[in-house]
Amino acid sequence: MADVISSDISRRMLLGGLAGGALASGAGAVVVERPRRGGRIRVASTNASTADTLDPAKGGLSTDYLRHYLLYSGLTQYDGQLRARPGLAERMETRDNIVWHIRLRRGVHFHNGKALTADDVVYSLMRHRDPATGSKVQAVAEQFAGARRTGPLDLELRLTGPNPDLPVILAQPQFLIVENGRRDFSIANGTGPFICRAFAPGIRTIVRRNPNYWKPGRPYLDEIEVIAIGDEMSRVNALLSGDVQMVNAVSPGSVKRVRASPTHAIMETKSGLFTDLIMRRDHPATGNPDFVLAMKHLMDRELIKRTLFRGYATIANDQPIPPYDPNFNPDIPQRAFDPERSRFLLKRAGLLGTRLPVYASPAANLSVDMGSVLQEHAAQIGLNLAINRVPADGYWSTHWMKHPLTFGNTNPRPTADLTFSLFFQSKASQNESGWNSPRFDRLLLEARHATDPTRRKAIYGDMQWLVHQHGGVAIPVFISLLDGFDRRLRGMFPIPLGGFMGYNFGEYAWWDA
Amino acid sequence: MSAVATTSRWGGPARLIVKRIGLAFVTLLLVSAVIFTISGLLPGDAAQEVLGQSATPAQVAALRHEMGLDQPGPVRYFRWLGGIVTGNPGQSMVANKPVADIISERLPNTLTLAALTTFVAVPFAFLIGISSAVARGRKLDRWLNVLTLSMVALPEFLVATIAVLIFAVQLLWLPSIALVPEDPTPLQFVRVYAMPVIVLGVGVIAQLGRMIRAAIIAELDRPYVEMARLKGVLPTRLIFRHVLPNAIGPIVNAMALSLSYLFGGAIIVETIFSYPGLASLMVNAVTSRDMPLLQACAMIFCAAYLLLVLIADTVAILANPRLRHG
Repeated sequence: MADVISSDISRRMLLGGLAGGALASGAGAVVVERPRRGGRIRVASTNASTADTLDPAKGGLSTDYLRHYLLYSGLTQYDGQLRARPGLAERMETRDNIVWHIRLRRGVHFHNGKALTADDVVYSLMRHRDPATGSKVQAVAEQFAGARRTGPLDLELRLTGPNPDLPVILAQPQFLIVENGRRDFSIANGTGPFICRAFAPGIRTIVRRNPNYWKPGRPYLDEIEVIAIGDEMSRVNALLSGDVQMVNAVSPGSVKRVRASPTHAIMETKSGLFTDLIMRRDHPATGNPDFVLAMKHLMDRELIKRTLFRGYATIANDQPIPPYDPNFNPDIPQRAFDPERSRFLLKRAGLLGTRLPVYASPAANLSVDMGSVLQEHAAQIGLNLAINRVPADGYWSTHWMKHPLTFGNTNPRPTADLTFSLFFQSKASQNESGWNSPRFDRLLLEARHATDPTRRKAIYGDMQWLVHQHGGVAIPVFISLLDGFDRRLRGMFPIPLGGFMGYNFGEYAWWDA
Repeated sequence: MSAVATTSRWGGPARLIVKRIGLAFVTLLLVSAVIFTISGLLPGDAAQEVLGQSATPAQVAALRHEMGLDQPGPVRYFRWLGGIVTGNPGQSMVANKPVADIISERLPNTLTLAALTTFVAVPFAFLIGISSAVARGRKLDRWLNVLTLSMVALPEFLVATIAVLIFAVQLLWLPSIALVPEDPTPLQFVRVYAMPVIVLGVGVIAQLGRMIRAAIIAELDRPYVEMARLKGVLPTRLIFRHVLPNAIGPIVNAMALSLSYLFGGAIIVETIFSYPGLASLMVNAVTSRDMPLLQACAMIFCAAYLLLVLIADTVAILANPRLRHG
């Protein structure tokens, strides 16, 4: 059974009907064997705590996303290139990127038997604006000016301003659809591929196959148990000993061990995750453009990729849009490792010989090692960097962005607009370096109003160039996500949102026993 | 007559024990203040941790108000203390569930692991301690010394990791994670607990064994032992009837320390085997700044420790004729 999905998706008219067995893939077309029904597997993620939740709006960690995608469905779904595919929404139409008409799929039922209607969707979308919901995406939902039911399966969503990326945004795990009026999330009542059988926060989630799932024939597995093993070595050991059939966040150093096992394999997901060096604008040294450029030239990207990530990374160019993104600008020349140029720039800025502390922490992936590499190269050209290694616990509230030089760590966002508006817009609370570029801010708004995708791509291209050239962060590499799995688990492909196929493997995977 | 005799006979120890209990409560009160103060010194708070990296200051302030974190420290302390005294440790800030519910899910796990380890470790410790003491200075003693010293010196994470590599990854005999199924068969139960119990037991056996050896040797040098020997008391009777009752005080104290360690110090074993016990719950509470949960865990550990020490003291008092009649 082979199926090719047209990669053409316009924001004007999209999300046509999609047959059940269809499979999207990064490669475009993939021939799949006929999946088999049945099987019970256990997967281990990285974190579980008493904060584990069955409320999609509150999900903040990978185990939550995984659990929520198993139990709930979104209006849209991601494909291998993070484009939106139809989910519960059969169609999403707009003329101006402001007013969106959403038509829901017919015959979808919640786990308790209730039929999905427009009211459920209106409630699910608008509840994010209520502070009492405690939604992680409240800031994103501020743009929902109002939603109104226009028929049993039709609704109209009005935004405060144009946003052509709405279908992509709605595929995020927090926007999964819950039942109208639902406030009690001690049980999960979704429309997802699996039904919750047991949920113990911090311990395990057990889900069983939903026989009435709206994609006929899916899912394939009978039961999935999700646990968490925080320690990476224990997680890999559990995989190799057969106690779990899939794990995420395998460290590059463990890949060899997994590969050595004839019954296990590694899935690499090239992602937009990065660890960056943040140079604050409000400090005289780190705010100096020459210093910023010098540090960018001092990043030995090849070395970082080769030794720190054992090759499981993509060289980055000091701007946050990864090469797989359709809006990536390939025309910006790659910045090279050039200590001589760094020395020249630092000398010009009068900063040679100064001593600067850099705050690094295990909280930001491998920032301590990156800092050490940087320190080594800096010492050779006469810049004295002192690496302060601080504990992961409390790093984000106490150190991150609070010293002239700190490391940050940014998870991939599904759209260029989200990445730019969250981390680079002058007024954004997470504008890590305190960068202020009126031109950049203007382009960001311009892109939202642009109705022509080519025009938007050009604008995003310019913005990437601005960040690459003037932004206050050095982004050396994009970090690949590594999942380890039992070879009998089939049907999976990477989705760059995160590990576990962008946390959505449950609907695709099947057990070849 | 006999009633009077009993009072005078038990009055001394009873007074001592009551005094100990009183002191334990004072200690608990002091500890509660210390726990509250120290946990308040941690950087950041639950509101920031819940909302994460991308929170706006307004969101944080709103959640702080909802959690009651914007009230002055003393107010929060006395409210919390009042709750603890009346048996209600409050509401978890992160999980939105009563702390008591969360703890009652984990406490049985910790108790099971501690009890199993005790049942396995104590007989071995006595065996090693007694044989070593009796064979003092001889080859057996030297070998047992080398063995126990190396067992004490081996860090738990190393023992655990090596055990997992051998028994779980290579041989595939035992599971690498200690997840008890919902309705375990006896075999499943044993398989799940085998490795955590052995790993925890290694340290406990070695330390307890050495303490028992030292306590018995201290008694063996006493004149009454020589007297008993001269009178022809058999070695086993000498140890079990004459020496052990006298050495029981320090031994019970050592046992109390080991047990309290099993209660709160199993964090490494809980992490490596991802076993849902109290220690990892507390670490969890620290990272999420879930103060009610953290404080409740700390109080439980402290109370358990005091209780075990109290039991040990009581046993020592009752076993010691001088204290008993003091």
